[in-house]
This record gives sequence, structure tokens and C-alpha cells, in this order.
Amino acid sequence: MKNRPPLLLLTSLVLLFLALPIVLIVTVSFSSAVYLTFPPPAFGLRWYRAYLGSADWLASTWLSLAVAAATVALATILGTLAALGLTRLPRAVRTAAAALILSPLIVPGIVVAIGIYYAFSRWGLIGSPVGLVLAHTCLAVPFVVTSVSASLANFDRRLEQAARSLGATPWGAFRQVTLPLIRPGVLVGALFAFITSFDELIVALFLSGSGAVTLPRRMWDDLRFAIDPTIAAVSTLTIVFTALLLGGAHVLRQRTAR
Amino acid sequence: MRSVPALGVPVGTLRVLPVRAWNIRALVAGPALLVGPLLLFMAAFYGYPVLAMLARSVTDPHPTLANFAQLAGDGVFLHVFGNTLRTALVVTIGTLLLGYPVALALSRMRPTAATITLTLVLLPFWTSVLVRSYAWMVLLGRRGLINEALRALDIIQTPLKLLNTSFAVDIAMVHILLPYMILPIASVMRQIDPSLPRAAAGMGATPWGAFRQVILPLSMPGALAGTLLVFVLSLGFYITPALVGGPRDLMLSQLIAQQVDLLNWPYAACLSVTLLGATLVLLAATQVLPGVRGAFRLGSR
Repeated sequence: MKNRPPLLLLTSLVLLFLALPIVLIVTVSFSSAVYLTFPPPAFGLRWYRAYLGSADWLASTWLSLAVAAATVALATILGTLAALGLTRLPRAVRTAAAALILSPLIVPGIVVAIGIYYAFSRWGLIGSPVGLVLAHTCLAVPFVVTSVSASLANFDRRLEQAARSLGATPWGAFRQVTLPLIRPGVLVGALFAFITSFDELIVALFLSGSGAVTLPRRMWDDLRFAIDPTIAAVSTLTIVFTALLLGGAHVLRQRTAR
Repeated sequence: MRSVPALGVPVGTLRVLPVRAWNIRALVAGPALLVGPLLLFMAAFYGYPVLAMLARSVTDPHPTLANFAQLAGDGVFLHVFGNTLRTALVVTIGTLLLGYPVALALSRMRPTAATITLTLVLLPFWTSVLVRSYAWMVLLGRRGLINEALRALDIIQTPLKLLNTSFAVDIAMVHILLPYMILPIASVMRQIDPSLPRAAAGMGATPWGAFRQVILPLSMPGALAGTLLVFVLSLGFYITPALVGGPRDLMLSQLIAQQVDLLNWPYAACLSVTLLGATLVLLAATQVLPGVRGAFRLGSR
């Protein structure tokens, strides 16, 4: 069936509505003006220079990258092991375990954040990158488990049994047979874990304190005082960065599908 | 195919060895050792913290349900709760009206056009909520794009107050949640047999009639799934209303954060139980409604 002009027009308008704010942010980031004015009087890299010249912004960027990297390591290892184990558990146990593991996708962000704040403040984990990594790992792990489980669904377990019967140790069979076959799923899960931590704000609002101010947290603090186009430059960089990671995930997924 | 050298038979034909008692124990112990570390980690750093906080709603100062009883007569809570429901409803209707036509058009596009459209839908989907909320601050501000455009066109003389209103929250949330509406509907529509509307047309149905009597009913599970998903997600929104909303129209999440800042844990915990309860009840409904589960499974792919 063909799309009729009215439907196509409406669809285009909605797509424009979806794209406009993002296009706008990118445009503003290249503005030369001190204030947000439209259209920008001239274009330049002024706000990118402001970002690169600010020790605070750079410190937050490095912190966010480090927290995300540590989160990826923890979430990928714990999540991949769990996904491997989940398929072999009896059905009832599996359902219960999956409910806990996947629940951060469902429980409202503010409830998770204040719960973690409630416990972590007693444990002295406020204002520490460690606290952020522990919390972010819990939020990121569902993506690893779902992604690895999906690639395990296409995995023939007899291959692993065959390796074992040929004399491979359990670890050898995993490393030489299972892991190469589920690697794309593991990598996609790791990428989503990275993005989850890198973009995370609500938990960071409560855990950052003054000692561990992540990039989203610094953007939030700045937004509450002044809308400086530096934020547009930072936003543009994170949009490009995320798009690159997602492009990578997409390529990996297509490889998994084959 | 590789074969087992010692036996000289292909691997696939090997008989499974008889299961002995120690085998069964290994069968359960192995997976438990694999899942165990993650379960312990999440129990310690997520499960316990959230449950301990929620427990404050009924244990403070001593085991009681009085905190919940007070909510019913609490004017602030009722105002915020009502505003949260109103926002969720408006946003859900908005995303349904804008998202359904896109999903319909998407289902009829050629592969290339469909890929481009899907990318345009997914790009904002993966841009952080913070960045998108900031974009709406820039658009709706006193000197933002909309006010400047309206002034340039001489439609208004003084800038309209758009930012920090419930209108700003509604439009920014519609923007952020649209993909969650489009994707489940699109995945259900893709499964509709294309020969069905053609058959309807062949038997004399007008294009509108074929849509109303064939496509619309068959796409209802997707629309229902998207509606519930958007409504549930709306209830828990925090960042967007905090940035673009007004100080008088708080949403539930904002009230919770505010109470935590005041260290009023029993009240914050009560509000959290309410928010979580509403979320879980609505999600349980998605498991019961016919056809909706399938739409979710496909939508998450």
C-alpha cells in the first residue's frame, strides 16, 4: 500500500519535530555570540575552545569516562557470567533471578537514586567515584544480560559439549568455543553499559557530592544558573560520541544476525 | 564436520552420557556460581538500598501505616499526584496522536526510506534526556527560537512565557517519549499481512475503510503497548520537569527529591512506594492484556 500525501506530510512534520531540537543544539554550539540568539550572527569554535580551556569541564569529562570504563568492566564480566548461568537454571529460579537483574529498567530512576543514596551515605560512598561505579553497574547490567542472552539463544550448546568431550577444560571450552561465538553480543552489551553510565544523571545528582562531579552533573549545575553555549558544545560532543558508539553497536548486531 | 578421533564418529552423533548424581549436582552448582556474583552484587548495592529506603515508609518511627493514611489528606501530595497523572495523560495522548501516523507510514515505506525514518526516530532516542531537555530550554526561553520567530513575524510584541510552564513539560516529554510510542506500534504493523488491506480494497473498501476496519483493529495491541509504556515512563520523569517545568507544578519524582533534601525520609519513602506501586500495577496490566506482550518483545529488539 502506498503512503498518501497527507500522511507523508504529517510524518515529515513529526520527524522534523524530533530532529529540530538536536539540530538546534548543534547550531548554537557553533555560534560566535555570547548570548543565545537566532540566527547566530556568525559561526566559530568559540564555545569548543571555552570547553577545552576549562579545567572543571575537562576534569568532569575524564571522571565520566573513567567511571563509564570501570562500569563497563564490572557490568560486562558480571553480566556475561550471569547470562551464561541463567540459561542453565531451572525455570522458576531463572524467572526470579531475571526479575531482580532486569528490575532497574522498570523501577523509576528517582526511587533507585534515593535508595542508593540512603544506603551509600551510611557507607561513606558519597562524593566518591567508587560509589558511582557500583551504582552505575547495577543500572547497566540489564543491558549486558539481555544482549548476551540474545546471542546465547542462537548458540548451540552441543558445540561446548563437543569441546569438553575432546578434552577441553571448562575454561578452555568457554574461551575457545563459546566466547568467540557470543562476542558480538558481549560487545554490544558493553557499549550500552558505557552509554548508560556516561549519560547517567539522576543517581549522580545524589552521589556526586562535591568530590565526583560527572559530566552530566556539571551540565545540570550549569543549566540551573546560566544557559551558556558551552553546554551546547559539550552536548554536541556527547551526541557525536554516542552516535559513533551506537554505529559500532549496529555494525556488531548485523554481524551477530548473520 | 570435525570428528572425535578416538571413536571415529562425527561429534553430533555422540550419545549423551548417562546422568549420575554428581552430574546433577554439577548441573545446578555450575549455573549458581555463574549467576551468584551478579545477584550478590545487585542485592548489596541496589536491592538492599532500595528496600531499606522503602521500608522507612512503614517503620518510622515504629511499625505503622499512619504515614500512608496521612497522604490521603495531604494537600501538597494530592496536588502533585494529580499534576503527575495529568502530565502523563497529556503526554500519552500527544505521543499517540503524533506517533501512530509515523508508525503507519513507516510500515508502508520501502526499505531505504524506512531505514532513514527509523534512524531519525532513534537518534533522539539515544541522545541523553538532559541534552534534549536543554534543547527545549533553548527553544522555549524568553529569547528562545520560538519567541524570536514570533516577534520577527510581528505576531507578538512582548515575549510569551513558555519556559517553566506545564506546557513546556508536556511538549518536551512528548518529544522525549515519542520513540517509545512509535516502536511498539511499528513492530505490530510490520506483522500485519499486507494482503489483508489489499483484499479489503479488492472487495470495494475505500482506503479509509480498509484502514479503519482492517489496519486499525489489528494494530491495537501495539498502540496499547505504546500507550502503557509511555504512561508508565511519564509517571517517573524527573530531569525534564525539573529543568523546563514551573516551581508550582511539581511531579511526583520532584517532590520525592525535595523531601530527601529535607531529610524527610518517611515521607519520601511513602511517595516512592506510591510511585513504584503505580508503575508495577500498570506493567502487570501489560502482561495480562492480550497481544500486548508480543508487541513489547518485538519492540525491545
